[in-house]
Amino acid sequence: MQAPLAALLAGLVFGIGLALSGMTDPAVVQGFLDLFGRWNPALLFVMAGAVSVTFIGYRLAFARGAPLFGPRFLLPTTTHLDAPLVVGAALFGIGWGLAGYCPGPAVASLASGSRDVLLFVIAMVIGMLLAAPLHAQLRGVRAPAQAVGEAG
Amino acid sequence: MTPYLLPLLGGLLIGAAAVLLMALNGRIAGISGIAAGLVRAPFAPESLWRVAFLLGLVLGPLVVLAVTGKSGIGAPTATPVVLIAAGLLTGLGTALGGGCTSGHGVCGMARLSLRSIAATLIFMAVAITTVFVTRHLL
Repeated sequence: MQAPLAALLAGLVFGIGLALSGMTDPAVVQGFLDLFGRWNPALLFVMAGAVSVTFIGYRLAFARGAPLFGPRFLLPTTTHLDAPLVVGAALFGIGWGLAGYCPGPAVASLASGSRDVLLFVIAMVIGMLLAAPLHAQLRGVRAPAQAVGEAG
Repeated sequence: MTPYLLPLLGGLLIGAAAVLLMALNGRIAGISGIAAGLVRAPFAPESLWRVAFLLGLVLGPLVVLAVTGKSGIGAPTATPVVLIAAGLLTGLGTALGGGCTSGHGVCGMARLSLRSIAATLIFMAVAITTVFVTRHLL
């Protein structure tokens, strides 16, 4: 039971962070992406804070050798760039620019009970299901039984 | 500097959450990956932590609402049709690309991963271009 409880705690802290940071406000996010317009640099501070804490914290965590509630750290093994990465990032970029939502804030925003947010999340889930066949196309192989995902 | 204090604090907490998930569960706090993993195997025992994490994520704004009176959740700016299209692109793109702003942008970059740095640069540039086109060209 410890692992799911730990995950719940991590998710809660993450959600609180998102809510405080402005990431759950599409206007703030799109303000950051409006680099050539009325630029709102807030997201820069979010990223800077998040990446620096994670950089330091990861090093401390890895130094322990193993997670507290698991046998090993589960890290991505692919290191080279490939077509799915590039195409995927581009497609995500379009989606992010259009709505100002990325997966985390979208899920967290479900807390508002908004029908529009629910629409986005449902569409996102469908998009995730469509990824496996497209991934196979890009790599020219038969669709694997398991869908793709870098981590998680 | 004050308007950026809360974003910075939020970011620090996001980082703390990512560190917690790695130190305790050994997992990357990449929401797209966690969600995709859950979508792939919604009822598997090994998906329980994913349900728990995402539940915590939804509770976060509610806790902030209870303490501060504001949830931090802003109204969507796009129409339902655009939201659906954006959702599809986000789901497809993050699953294909193996990450999003949290997985690649925070966790991957913190690990100095070449793939994550590349992905982050790409989705940032494309998102900025998309906003430029939709706000200033169309």
